[in-house]
Amino acid sequence: MEKIVLTPPLDNEKLKKLKIGDTVYITGTIYTARDAAHKRLVDLIAAGEELPIDLAGQIIYYAGPAPNKPGKPIGSIGPTTSYRMDAYAPTLMRRKGLKGMIGKGKRSDEVKQAMKETCAVYFGATGGAAALLSQCVKSAEVILYPELGPEAVRRLEVEDFPVTVINDVHGNDLYEAAIEQYNTENV
Amino acid sequence: MRTILAETIEKAVAKLSMDACYFLGEDVYCALKHSIEREKSPTGRDILGQLVQNAEIAREEEVAICQDCGLAVIFAEVGQDVHIEGDFEQAVNDGVIMGYEDGYLRKSTCTPFTRKNYGNNAPAILHVRLVPGDQIKLTLAPKGGGSENMSAMKMFAPAVGRKGVVDFVVGTVRAAGPNPCPPIVVGVGIGGNFEKAPLLAKQALLREIGSINEDETMAQLEQELLERINALGIGPGGLGGTTTALAVHVESAPCHIASLPVAVNLNCHAARHKTVVL
Repeated sequence: MEKIVLTPPLDNEKLKKLKIGDTVYITGTIYTARDAAHKRLVDLIAAGEELPIDLAGQIIYYAGPAPNKPGKPIGSIGPTTSYRMDAYAPTLMRRKGLKGMIGKGKRSDEVKQAMKETCAVYFGATGGAAALLSQCVKSAEVILYPELGPEAVRRLEVEDFPVTVINDVHGNDLYEAAIEQYNTENV
Repeated sequence: MRTILAETIEKAVAKLSMDACYFLGEDVYCALKHSIEREKSPTGRDILGQLVQNAEIAREEEVAICQDCGLAVIFAEVGQDVHIEGDFEQAVNDGVIMGYEDGYLRKSTCTPFTRKNYGNNAPAILHVRLVPGDQIKLTLAPKGGGSENMSAMKMFAPAVGRKGVVDFVVGTVRAAGPNPCPPIVVGVGIGGNFEKAPLLAKQALLREIGSINEDETMAQLEQELLERINALGIGPGGLGGTTTALAVHVESAPCHIASLPVAVNLNCHAARHKTVVL
């Protein structure tokens, strides 16, 4: 099978080809943001102000890294649970053209609907594989809200960052499909 | 009477913080490794392999297994013949501050509504018990937010009985799905009262993976729960499979004639805890 590599900004044609369960390697620039940063960004949009970051075609990684040891670009950095960003994600997709999210765990129906409408994809990274994933991060810089500490927005340069398509643009959900396949409760 | 300096406690807690976050327990590491052989899903086996590799990198490079270095949950058993010179609670919290700072561990404590991060991971969640002897035993368990958020507690009417308890535990894991970073360790507290049951569930997480409950009734319950949970199909990373839980540990205590309290504390696969005796 051909290796799928994506580099933001992402375009709809490539995203439409992705299917749930596909392994995708991301190389290029992605941004970290968690609850607190999402709230600030969405509050700015609600107030009619410009965002300090252009999210069109971009990927947000739901992550708050551990501090980096000297000589390393970043500390351990695995995904955080995504549902906490569900209240904010549709606004970023519909109003600012966000095209990808990396996290772990289930999304709400509202988020899935917004993904279908706007042609955006939800990727899963392996929860807890934080030391392993940090090796794919080549550089990191805090670009917004440094006072939030681990929750600050960081620009990451990543190479072959491995993710799995959890929700594709066609409305499919890998968690639902895969868990059903291995459920033996009534066997 | 034996004197232990607050400074000694502080340094011990700092070291425990780092050791717990860097070095996955041998029992959890082995359980992850062995589960690869049993896991039926190819994707599941791949995820388990990543988790084993992740634990090895963290151990070799002395970096955090998971970026979520948790709240520092500390169980202290203080010998009644120990004289502590200095402020015990202060020493514990200073130890957490030192360990999380010097160890490059993530600081996650914040205020409930403004969400302002304290920036030092203090205060610890501290549970102290007075015991016979002249030693202090400290166990530090960093507990991540993802799995803690999926935990649950319920005050049942006694009529729900054993079956109701089993359904509640399995239902809690089912509802959590991929969120708490499976394969998980499930701590169950049955009995006590409103604050005791969750504490039992938390303590249950500290037991060695693979150990058998000394109470035969509880050992059977653990086995049944583990089979039911692994039949859910959630699997490693929630991407489907037969390894949803590595272990289920149950602790129980006497309860009121009116109540049947049950608490389910979920722990991600990074089931971290380290102990030292001073």
